[in-house]
Amino acid sequence: MNIINFDHLSANPILPEVQEAMIDVIRNNYGNPSSQHSLGDAAATALEAARDSVSALINCPVSKEIVFTSGGTESVNHAIKGVAFAKADKGKHIITSNIEHNAVIRSLKRLKLFDYNVTSVSVDKYGMVDPAEIEAAIKDDTILISIMHSNNEIGTIQPIKEIGEIAKARKVLFHSDAVDSVGVVPVDVQELGVDLLSFASNPFYGPAGVGGLYIKRGTAIWPMFDGGVQENNKRAGTENMIGIVGMGKAAEFAKRDMEKRIAHSKMLKEKFLRELPDYLDEYIINGHPEKSLPNHISISLKYIEGESVVLMLDEEGIAVSTRSACAAGALRASHVLLSIGHEFADAQGTMVITFGMENTEEDVERFLAVLKETVVSLREISPLYKK
Amino acid sequence: MYSKTVMDHFKKPRNVGTIENADAIGEVGNPLCGDMMTIYLKIEDERITDIKFQTFGCGAAIAVSSMLTEMAKGKTIEEAKKITNKDVAEALEGLPKNKLHCSNLGADALQVAIKDYEDQKAGKPRQERQQAEKHEHAEKDVCYCPYCDSEVGEGEAFCKSCKNALVHL
Repeated sequence: MNIINFDHLSANPILPEVQEAMIDVIRNNYGNPSSQHSLGDAAATALEAARDSVSALINCPVSKEIVFTSGGTESVNHAIKGVAFAKADKGKHIITSNIEHNAVIRSLKRLKLFDYNVTSVSVDKYGMVDPAEIEAAIKDDTILISIMHSNNEIGTIQPIKEIGEIAKARKVLFHSDAVDSVGVVPVDVQELGVDLLSFASNPFYGPAGVGGLYIKRGTAIWPMFDGGVQENNKRAGTENMIGIVGMGKAAEFAKRDMEKRIAHSKMLKEKFLRELPDYLDEYIINGHPEKSLPNHISISLKYIEGESVVLMLDEEGIAVSTRSACAAGALRASHVLLSIGHEFADAQGTMVITFGMENTEEDVERFLAVLKETVVSLREISPLYKK
Repeated sequence: MYSKTVMDHFKKPRNVGTIENADAIGEVGNPLCGDMMTIYLKIEDERITDIKFQTFGCGAAIAVSSMLTEMAKGKTIEEAKKITNKDVAEALEGLPKNKLHCSNLGADALQVAIKDYEDQKAGKPRQERQQAEKHEHAEKDVCYCPYCDSEVGEGEAFCKSCKNALVHL
């Protein structure tokens, strides 16, 4: 059975051109960029070309400001802990929001063991942070603000530019976790006014296991890994050239095709939301109605639980994601859904749909029909559902 | 991640529904992870002649409910009292570790229903939708030692199995 993937947030296929570029590295360009000979030179050239492509994608003025990492999680850990350690003598207070990814939350929890303290601002019912609340939280010893660009569970896009202005005026470093935004929607580090920005390659059809961290020139930051002088002394270790070249190629396509991709996702998203009432009742659409990712829909289906929805859809060859506690392994309801005011039971029935380039209108139609059957049969079993 | 038997019971759950004028009802809910289950019993001559369930929960919770009803059907009350959550999990050819606590509440619901039946027999006033005592692990965070994979309790400073120091985030 052909699987219809509506879970692009978890995994994207790698573009054929990206695959070719990666295979070329394996076959023909296996050198180490640090070597002095021509094998090394060829690798170094490929490395810098990839850096240029990635840098162009986020309008980074100098490509040296990009550090390649093993993905979004490493980038976020590096940004937060690297700044925290480098600025420890200036202060130990960090500001964040209640709906960040675990990479941010758990990095900050780890820092609390070293006497850092954290203010986490709340969000409104759309999952939106209020920049004024961030400004009010700034203290004399605040060294960093970390707010995600878009939320992975509900798709809401935060007012990063406004927060960037506040951070600049108050001379506090500003990091944004933009893993689900970079390559998906326009992200311009200069316009946003961020000092650090984390991103990954897979959301824009590059390989998983490679990402980047934008570090504005002059930002005080410690490396996470100590060793050689790779990545401008910011990330030791021989570069993952296969992944980095793939990411660079994917970045070229993301920049070139972004408008087309956004238009395609938006068309599918609008179709789904427009036709959904013909198939289902008693659901909540989460996230901001306008300021959200064009490829992302989060729905809370009342009276049923998300993991059973995912399993049933999978039987029909449709892949979606859920953030119900049962599926997450964490055995707790999603902090994001609770933060936007959901009851436990509603949070449990939440399904995340993320569209991609290969999805068609027919896929959406089939999905709606199968979803209806799934929801009806699970509600049939549910003690919460009263007909 | 689930066994074939779990998937079979999840996809084709047995004994779904309610029983009108049930002789006993047992309801358990776990507010922390959100699974909930209601069991309905028809009892004749101290034997479970019919059993139905309704469940709000993940694939494991639905499969557990279905298997439990199959195991209890036709049993005498005394036999049914001996069914444990562990028996249900074994009949399902195992459950993932993180599901053993939250989703494996079928036998609890059955025991609540049996208690409801016995209370009525003893002439005690029947409680409206009798609630089970909190599921044993509902209040606790379940996590595992990063060194030896044994279960460790919330806030424990050392792993009881391998004695390594633990840091809780």
